[in-house]
Amino acid sequence: MSKKTYLQALNEALRQEMERDEKVFIIGEDVGQFGGCFGVTQGLYDKFGKERVMDTPITESAIVGTAAGAAASGLRPVAELMFVDFIGVALDQLFNQAAKMRFMFGGKAKVPMTLRMPQGAGIGAAAQHSQSLEAWFMHIPGLKVVIPSTPYDAKGLLISAIRDDNPVVFLEHKLLYGVEGEVPDESYTIELGKADVKREGTDVTIVATSLMVHTALAAAEKLAAEGISAEVVDPRCLQPLDKASILASVQKTHALVIAHEAVGFAGPGAEIAAMVAEEGLEFLDAPIRRVAAPFCPVPFSPPLEQAYIPGADDIVKAVKDIR
Amino acid sequence: MSPDKKTLVKMYETMSRIRLFETKLQEFFAAGRIPGFVHLYIGEEAVATGACAGLTTADKITSTHRGHGHLIAKGGDLKLMMAEIFGRKTGYCKGKGGSMHIADFDLGILGANGIVGGGGPLALGSALASKYEKADTVTICFFGDGASNQGTTQEALNMASAWKLPLVFVNENNGYGISCPQCKSMAVTDIADRAAAYDMPGVVVDGNDVLAVFEAVTEAVKRARRGEGPSLVECKTYRWRGHFEGDACTYRCDEELKEWMAKDPIPRMEEKLLEGGVLKKKDVEAIRARIEQEIKDAVEFAEGSPQPSPSELLEDVYA
Repeated sequence: MSKKTYLQALNEALRQEMERDEKVFIIGEDVGQFGGCFGVTQGLYDKFGKERVMDTPITESAIVGTAAGAAASGLRPVAELMFVDFIGVALDQLFNQAAKMRFMFGGKAKVPMTLRMPQGAGIGAAAQHSQSLEAWFMHIPGLKVVIPSTPYDAKGLLISAIRDDNPVVFLEHKLLYGVEGEVPDESYTIELGKADVKREGTDVTIVATSLMVHTALAAAEKLAAEGISAEVVDPRCLQPLDKASILASVQKTHALVIAHEAVGFAGPGAEIAAMVAEEGLEFLDAPIRRVAAPFCPVPFSPPLEQAYIPGADDIVKAVKDIR
Repeated sequence: MSPDKKTLVKMYETMSRIRLFETKLQEFFAAGRIPGFVHLYIGEEAVATGACAGLTTADKITSTHRGHGHLIAKGGDLKLMMAEIFGRKTGYCKGKGGSMHIADFDLGILGANGIVGGGGPLALGSALASKYEKADTVTICFFGDGASNQGTTQEALNMASAWKLPLVFVNENNGYGISCPQCKSMAVTDIADRAAAYDMPGVVVDGNDVLAVFEAVTEAVKRARRGEGPSLVECKTYRWRGHFEGDACTYRCDEELKEWMAKDPIPRMEEKLLEGGVLKKKDVEAIRARIEQEIKDAVEFAEGSPQPSPSELLEDVYA
C-alpha cells in the first residue's frame, strides 16, 4: 500500500496486466516513448517494447477499429484516444462495430477491448478538448462505461476493465491525474457495476461521478458545518449502473441531488433521476435535483470556464433548495 | 502459375453456388418471403471466388453489406446462411443479425458489415493479431468502389502499409455506389492507382475472370504471408441487380447491363473447363443438380426452423 497519483495508479494497472497476460497490448497516439499525452503510459514502452506499446498515425477510426478487430481475433487491446472529444471521428468503430458484434453475430464474437479517454474541463483547453460524454456511451447497448474518481478506484477498475470480455469505455478526468490516494501495490480488481459510498450521511444523497465526487465531498463538508449530513455515492460505473446502492441510499436519506460535469440536458443524471423517480418515488420527500454544466459548449476564457463547471456551492445550494 | 484441376472445378462450383443461392433469394424476396433488405452478389461471383480460393480456413476476411458471395466462397454453410436471412433462430447469428451481419469465426469470416467502409479498420485488427501472435495467417478486406472513398478505408490502407500488416485489400469496383457512378464520386478511374499513395502494389484485374482474380489475389496473399506487407487488387466487375432488391436502377441503362451480362464469369469459366477437358457436359449438369439440391435443403432447413423468441432479446448483448 502506498500513496500514488491517479495517473500512477493507472500506469501500475497497465503494467501489471501486461505482465500477467501477454495478450494485453496498448495502442494509441504518442503512447510509446512519449509516454502518452498525459503521461499515463510512461515507462511501458521501455519495459514491453514497440510490439506491445504501439504508436499509431493520427487515425482514431483505425485505432478503435484495430482494437475491435484485434479483440475479436483473440487479443486484449487497451486503446487510448487522446481526448474523449476525438471519439467523433471514430464513433462508428465503437458503437456500430465493437458494441454490436457480439449481439449481431448471435453471441459468437467477443470484443474484450478497453478504450481509455481523458475527459473534462478546467485547463482552458476549450470546446473540443474539454467535454464529458459518458451519456453517449451509457446509451449504447453492448458497451460498459467506467468513470473512476480516485486512484484506488482507477487501478482496480482498469484491471477489471481489461479482464472484462466486453468493450469497456474508461473515462478519466484530466484534473484527476494528479490527485493522490492510498493504492495497494499488488494487483486487485473492483467489480464493474458496484457503487461506492464515499461519505456516509443521513439527510441527503448526492450521487456524483468523476471529478465531481471531490466537489461533492467539499460540498458535504460545507453542509456539515450547517448541520446537514450529506451522503456521497459514487457509482464508479455508469453501465452497468448500481441502481440498488443508489436506491438504498435514497431510501435512507429521502432526498437526492445528482452532480456531474456533463451537460445537464440528457446527461447521465437524467437516467439516474428517471430511475429513482420510477423505482424509488416513495423514498423521496422532495424533488430530485441535478447539478450539471449548462447547455453550451465549454468556453475558453477562464472566468467563463469556471462559471461553466459546477462547483461545491452549486451543490450546497441545490441541497438547501430541497431540504 | 496455374491452379490444379481440383481448384479449378471448386472455383466453378463456388461461383455456381453463389449464383444459384442469390437467384433463389431474388425469387424469395420478390415473393415477400424474406424480411428486411438483401444486397445480391449476382454478377460478381468471380471476385469472391477467385480471392478466397487461395486462402486457408485459418485466413480471415472482412466482408461488406453485399456479403453472401464472400461468405459462400470462404466456406459458409448454406443452411445456416439461409436460416439467418430468414431471421430464424437456427441461423448463423440466431436471427439477431440478418443478411448484413453474418459471421463464422471458425471459418475466419469476421462478419458482413452494414457500414460502408466499416471493415477496413477491423481488418487492420485482424491482421495485427496475426502478426502479434506470429501466425502466418492473412486477412482479406473486401471493399467496394463506394467504400474506397470513405475515410476509414484510407486509414486502413495507410496503417496497413506503415505497419507492414499481412492484409490484402480486394476492391470490388462495380461502378456504382447506390446511384452515384464512380466517374462522379472520384477523380481517378482506377482505384488501384491509390495504392501508390500508400507505397503498396496496386493492380487492376478483370473481376469477371475468376482465374485472373485468383492469380492476382493469391500473389498478394503470398506477399503478405512473407511479411512484405499489404497490396491492393482492384477487380472491375458489375452487379446485375440493384444496390438492394427493390432498387429500380433508374440510374443505369439496359445496354450497360447487357454488355456486362455478356461477360458473365460463370459461362466463361465453364467454357474453359469444357475446352480444357477438365469437365464434361455431364459433369456440369451433375454439379448444377447437386448445388440445386444443397439450396433446396437449405431452404427446407430455414423454413422449417423456429423464429427466435422475444425472451431471447436481451441475450448476447454482453459476454
